[in-house]
Amino acid sequence: MKARVFVTLKNGVLDPQGKAIGHALNGLGFASVGDVRQGKVIDLELAESDAGNAKVALKEMCEKLLANTVIEKYEIELKS
Amino acid sequence: MKSAVIVFPAANCDRDAATALEQMTGKKTQMVWHQDSELPDVDLVVLPGGFSYGDYLRCGAMASQSKIMGAIKQHAEKGGAVLAVCNGFQIATEAGLLPGALMRNAGLKFVCKPVALKVEETQSAFTRKYNQGQTVTFPVAHGEGNYYADDATLDRLEGEGRVMFRYQNNPNGSARDIAGILSEKRNVLGMMPHPERVVDPLTGGIDGRAMFQGLIETLS
Repeated sequence: MKARVFVTLKNGVLDPQGKAIGHALNGLGFASVGDVRQGKVIDLELAESDAGNAKVALKEMCEKLLANTVIEKYEIELKS
Repeated sequence: MKSAVIVFPAANCDRDAATALEQMTGKKTQMVWHQDSELPDVDLVVLPGGFSYGDYLRCGAMASQSKIMGAIKQHAEKGGAVLAVCNGFQIATEAGLLPGALMRNAGLKFVCKPVALKVEETQSAFTRKYNQGQTVTFPVAHGEGNYYADDATLDRLEGEGRVMFRYQNNPNGSARDIAGILSEKRNVLGMMPHPERVVDPLTGGIDGRAMFQGLIETLS
């Protein structure tokens, strides 16, 4: 089973990189660009066929390592 | 005072820390590899600066899962002193030894320069030899030193006298100008500036000496 984990900064946590990207896009003439937030995508392959078990394991991975829940939130997507 | 410095792959201040400790204590410092599972019998453990594991995933995230961290947590729980500098501070927050997190500098640039700090609290082994309100100059060298914690945590740190150092001119966007904080038991100090780089006039100053003197007096 394959999984994709999205890790992004929590709302309210300042994202200076996102801000710089936004400014750069504005500078390129994309005037419609407002707030920009940057995050990470992590693709994993799991030796697991049960979606429920995979989700439990992935949640634990996020809490323990993949995200720092002081500043980040995460979303898990399973692909069969 | 017996001390140990933890050696992580891609740390680069481990030997600076050992040199400072040996100069101040006159005793050999033990270098402990991150894959060891036990600490030698020491009073102080230093988590040094650097770029452990190439800052992969997040600064300090990989190192915080190292085998040696279990022993360091036990040492800290028993009241043992831990000095966590720069990348060491990042590792300590990732490991849960200290609250909050260190984020990308607000100015997005790596900042490498001496900075003036105000000593906020002297009630600790680390700061007892300083005067409250004293200005000291320590170097900083980091790209991710922007201290973040939610307001409740920041209020608590301030209320409990656990903000030990503040920047006089905030170089990285840290919340409430915080440069260094103490654990609840007052035995783990995390800070971005480098006290170990200012114990010898040869390297630009001696403002860091008082920290080691305080530790030696308390822990010997």
